[in-house]
Amino acid sequence: FFLQIMELCGATRLGYFGRSQFYIALKLVAVAQSGLPLRVESLNTVKDLPLPRFVVSKNEQESRHTALYSSDADNPASYSGVIPPPPGRIQVKKGSVSHDAVQQRTSTDQQESTSPVVSPQQSPPTSPHTWRKHNRHPSGGNNDRPLAGPGPFWAPFSEAQPGPSTTSDPIWSGHSPPPHQENWVSFADTPPTSALLAMHPASVQDQTTVRTVASATTANEIRRQSSSYDDPWKITDEQRQYYVNQFKTIQPDLNGFIPGSAAKEFFTKSKLPILELSHIWELSDFDKDGALTLDEFCAAFHLVVARKNGYDLPEKLPESLMPKLIDLEDSAEAGEQTGEVGYASSPAEAPPSKSPSMPSLNQTWPELNQSSEQWETFSERSSSSQTLTQFDSNIAPADPDTAIVHPVPIRMTPSKIHMQEMELKRTGSDHANPTSPLLVKPPDLPEENKMSSSVKYTAGNTVTDGYSSSDSYTSDPEQIGSTITRQRSHYLSECVSLAGQQQTGVVAYPPAVPPRPQPSQGPGPHVHRPVDAEGLIAHTSTSPQQIPEQPNFADFSQFEAFAVSGVNKDDDDEIETHSESLQVEKSSDSASSLRVAKADGRVEDKAPANVPTSTGKGTTPLAPPPKPIRRRLKSEDELRPEAEEHTQKTGVIAAVLASQPSIPRSVGKDKKAIQASIRRNKETNTVLARLNSELQQQLKDVLEERISLEVQLEQLRPFSHL
Amino acid sequence: MAVCIAVIAKENYPLYIRSVPTESELKFHYTVHTSLDVVDEKISAMGKALVDQRDLYLGLLYPTEDYKVYGYVTNSKVKFVMVVDSSNTALRDNEIRSMFRKLHNSYTDIMCNPFYNPGDRIHSRAFDNMVTSMMMQVC
Repeated sequence: FFLQIMELCGATRLGYFGRSQFYIALKLVAVAQSGLPLRVESLNTVKDLPLPRFVVSKNEQESRHTALYSSDADNPASYSGVIPPPPGRIQVKKGSVSHDAVQQRTSTDQQESTSPVVSPQQSPPTSPHTWRKHNRHPSGGNNDRPLAGPGPFWAPFSEAQPGPSTTSDPIWSGHSPPPHQENWVSFADTPPTSALLAMHPASVQDQTTVRTVASATTANEIRRQSSSYDDPWKITDEQRQYYVNQFKTIQPDLNGFIPGSAAKEFFTKSKLPILELSHIWELSDFDKDGALTLDEFCAAFHLVVARKNGYDLPEKLPESLMPKLIDLEDSAEAGEQTGEVGYASSPAEAPPSKSPSMPSLNQTWPELNQSSEQWETFSERSSSSQTLTQFDSNIAPADPDTAIVHPVPIRMTPSKIHMQEMELKRTGSDHANPTSPLLVKPPDLPEENKMSSSVKYTAGNTVTDGYSSSDSYTSDPEQIGSTITRQRSHYLSECVSLAGQQQTGVVAYPPAVPPRPQPSQGPGPHVHRPVDAEGLIAHTSTSPQQIPEQPNFADFSQFEAFAVSGVNKDDDDEIETHSESLQVEKSSDSASSLRVAKADGRVEDKAPANVPTSTGKGTTPLAPPPKPIRRRLKSEDELRPEAEEHTQKTGVIAAVLASQPSIPRSVGKDKKAIQASIRRNKETNTVLARLNSELQQQLKDVLEERISLEVQLEQLRPFSHL
Repeated sequence: MAVCIAVIAKENYPLYIRSVPTESELKFHYTVHTSLDVVDEKISAMGKALVDQRDLYLGLLYPTEDYKVYGYVTNSKVKFVMVVDSSNTALRDNEIRSMFRKLHNSYTDIMCNPFYNPGDRIHSRAFDNMVTSMMMQVC
């Protein structure tokens, strides 16, 4: 009988028991069992071919193992060894359940289905069997197929068979595909050879799709098996696809996680002992987050399948099963799922929506640490109110590597941010209109505006020019202020150019700028406010803040308060009050009168340029508070603002800066911005030093004026006393 | 280089206990059991400050002539007790702390395993490996 079967299935021809041959052999066995004549055509003609009844007893199989071991000789011997067990199994047929299931299957299945039905059962034995064969043929000698190996496989197969058979019995009644899949999985899980795995996919396809014994396919698989011996734990594409599908049944989103509870239910269906499942989980949950990503799920499924086929679980996760290391931002993971066919019976494992990974201490600590570091960095780098950190769509880290990676916040360089903010605010609040005319108004400003790439140097130059011109204006605080204003405007413009942003005259200087110029803006600023306002509006922030010495610092604090409130109109009032206060501070009456006039003029100027000034005011108030923060900002603006110092300008600029909302900064530009800002800071320092000396001179002049005025007053007094 | 490491559950029953020199295992079991009283004492003592900044590391619980017992308690009242040999080069406190931290990490990994029911004995191989690495290498 068996020899006939062997001949029919062509095993002898091929010299080994390929899967197809095995299938055919088993079918023939079934045919023989059913009493039909053994003919090839009987395979195709018999519709209700009862499934060959295989012994499900473990003991018998184990005994067969030994028998197989002993019969480990040549192909014929092996074949005979192979053949006896199946028939033995058939004879020892046990488990009415399986029989019933078989009958059930046969009744429900067509001939095609019978073959698939048979093949699943065949496949488990086939897989380990063939695996063994291939394992023994590393040299490629297909003729020798010692069945020494099959021993362990028979044992797992026995385990697998009861498993699949029992589990599949109820399943099969309901779902024909799952059992096939299950069986496929059970034998497909023999990982030892990728070729074998390749076989599995083909068999899966056979079972799940075509449902026909693709002998050709199996032949190909067999060839593939014999040709390559890959990593035993490698997951083939078909397997992976299957796993992915299984993953989808639980978690529709491939990028999501399967929570532990859902995974537990799913894997429990595999009927593996909890201890082993626990070990599998430990191996596959790479990032220890209590949830399975696609990769982890595939690895776990693969391990389960392997275990079901009798392969001991590794102590460490095999490399091929390691979840891919993907950036946190890229949450997409390879669709690897250790599809557990056995559990596929109830795909209704709808996970309770995608649940974020449950971070374990291990994972969260490094992540939190890193994130905190990055956050700190951001806070340092960005002005308090002006940083918008944008994170890429970042799903909780699932990959081990990504667990350490942090979401990459996207930040823009401070200068750019400010400039953009300024621009936005300007445009939003009709600043653009006034700014442009403002820009046009100060004729001096445009002249000195050097929008060159080497802003810093040009800024320095302009500052120098401003200084030289201011020297000539020393006697005239206004002029000095205007000069400084121009310088500031130039600086601002240069800063703008440095930032490379084409903003409509609105220079968004980093918050650091406003603080510094603000204090420096002293008595002078008021006078120059009108002019400065225009320039300031265009350039905002930086210049006013660049005057550290200005006694207007106190006033700026007022502005700050206003800026915090973010009321433009208040800023205007502030500026006015500031001017008034400045006027009060000014000792010289003439100066004060001038200032008053200027203040009025400034107010008038501010009327049209309300928005800009308000913005400037806003920035100004903000200047002092963010000063320390801005100081850390290493942007061009920092350098620039220091170069120009006028309280007026600082006020306006500060207001403008205040208006700058937090802007996202790009991490990538940080380094460049840092270096640039360092240079700018240095330049600004020098400029500020010069400005300081200038202002000192100015102060001396003013004091001298005061003295002279007092002397005059005293001279007049005696007359009054009289 | 601990001689014995034990994980005690909240209800004071052992979840995991392992000693290196297996012959005197019973003695270490007894030591751990008695040290639990000290642990509870320390926990109750810290109860005043509540859980604000409660240090998980309890420090040296009980020194004897042969060995020292260190304790560590988690926020869920799971205690780790470690017995180290006194003859061993005096382990620095930091080393003990790091060992406890590793224990804690491994314990949380076990907790994350959905197949682990809290309160069961710990059978995790990974945990075993980690503990083995910390145990004293007794020739």
